[in-house]
Amino acid sequence: MAERCAVIGVGQTHHTSCRADVSIAGLVREAVDRALVSAHMTMADIDAIVIGKAPDMLEGVMMPELWLVDALAAAGKPVFRVHTAGSVGGSTAIVAAQHVMSGVHKRVLTVGFEKQSDGNAMWALSVPMPFGMPVHAGAGGYFSPIIRSYIKRSGAPAHIGCMVAVKDRTNACKNPYAHLHEPDWTLEKAMASPMLWDPVRMVETCPSSDGAMALVLASEDVADAHTGPKAWVHATAMRSEPTAFAGRNQVSPKASEDCAADLWRKAGITSPIDEIDAVEMYVPFAWFEPMWLESLGFAPKDQGWRYVEDGVTEMTGRLPVNCSGGVLSSNPIGASGMLRFGEAAMQVMGIAGEHQVDSVRKAFGHAYGGGSQFFAMWVVGANKP
Amino acid sequence: MSDDVLRIRTPIGIKYQYSAGPRVSSHLHGLMDGRFVGKRCPTCHLVYMPPRNGTCAKCGCLLGEDVEVGQRGTITTFCIVNVPFLGQTIKIPYVAATILLDGADMGMSHLIQEVEAADVRMGMRVEPVWRPRDEWQPSMENVLYFRPTGEPDAAFESYAGQL
Repeated sequence: MAERCAVIGVGQTHHTSCRADVSIAGLVREAVDRALVSAHMTMADIDAIVIGKAPDMLEGVMMPELWLVDALAAAGKPVFRVHTAGSVGGSTAIVAAQHVMSGVHKRVLTVGFEKQSDGNAMWALSVPMPFGMPVHAGAGGYFSPIIRSYIKRSGAPAHIGCMVAVKDRTNACKNPYAHLHEPDWTLEKAMASPMLWDPVRMVETCPSSDGAMALVLASEDVADAHTGPKAWVHATAMRSEPTAFAGRNQVSPKASEDCAADLWRKAGITSPIDEIDAVEMYVPFAWFEPMWLESLGFAPKDQGWRYVEDGVTEMTGRLPVNCSGGVLSSNPIGASGMLRFGEAAMQVMGIAGEHQVDSVRKAFGHAYGGGSQFFAMWVVGANKP
Repeated sequence: MSDDVLRIRTPIGIKYQYSAGPRVSSHLHGLMDGRFVGKRCPTCHLVYMPPRNGTCAKCGCLLGEDVEVGQRGTITTFCIVNVPFLGQTIKIPYVAATILLDGADMGMSHLIQEVEAADVRMGMRVEPVWRPRDEWQPSMENVLYFRPTGEPDAAFESYAGQL
């Protein structure tokens, strides 16, 4: 990391099932305008723009970056589009940060978005593979067997997924931007939720959302001059691996473990659970919380579910996870990773409102995508790295 | 302004050609002959079935010799699909399972039938039910589904490394 970089602007839309009142461009601009206000800037101040979204097939709009050039007032500036499936919001923020860390740009705007109501994600993620058997049933159908493997391997009791779901839905009620505001969930009610992709219950799945998240990243001199709150980027890491190969660990992919190890090393963190004050982790299906706790090094192997059961990941726990309500409460896919990165920054900046954790010095943002094969992570902190 | 001019419905569709690549052809010829033909990695010696892309994704090399694997296999893990969706071709609820064919070192997805969904287990032994030969195409769809063989379940340790 050559140059220092900080998040000085954060802006998001209210996430909801259908924003029929705006186009994709209008949705994106809404988040961007809020991020610019937060950064005390206008578009004229921005040097470069990095856009991320999930597969174009989700909305059926090919190459949306073409028409976003004018919607973002990007004419005459470099525009990049990043694509790493569901992790894209995270990797887009990292690419934007690298524009600053490289010393090439001083003020970089980055935005992730999805307008799920314009298309049909379940259809787009269930397209038959040539020469194969068409048994796939969306993301839930893909991840459910992996969750079953985790439950068997770890010996986790059946209610752990529902505990995560109730926690995240309860947290979401403190976040005015969250899609789902459902204060009435109890463990008993959650356990009665229908099995959609057995062993995954409906309550343990994420909603389909329209929404966008934007960040303004600045170089050290610009961030020093900024009078508002800021979050310094301490470390970033990305890793990938193929969807399928002989001997692949699908519960805790090697790319996930390697990415986390690289991140902790770069950030100078030796005991993540002791040194991280708030976590925003990509959990589109509730069981992924204990699975990622283990894979990322927050919990020992096969013990992640005990952390959930003991309340460690509650907002008041030792390691608060997804105080925003997480992906389980809002899932504009292309924005979801950047929401994790941005919400982590908001915790450090002290601007998370009702879901703010007390005195956060370091926070962790995480995203994964594809068949658990693309990983993007960052650590942001209140002090300069 | 009325809502019908704020949003319009514009379906899209595409038909495309897919090039399998020469390294997958022995597998596809095998399917036309009622056999499961995988390929062995010359570096790690693991057997890919199906040999997607003809490469070992772990070692980064081309797969080597053809290996015919068993017709029977073990369910390593599975999902019971209860959710209806656009484009679905199988009646719900159905079991989509990852099946590790005997002699293969990676699982593949297929349908389980002739057993109640609630009775399907990790470790269950299964065998293919092939379509009538005159309907065969170079596709895993030549197998209508897999069904239990009635053999004792495979021990967890025997497939734990495949999860």
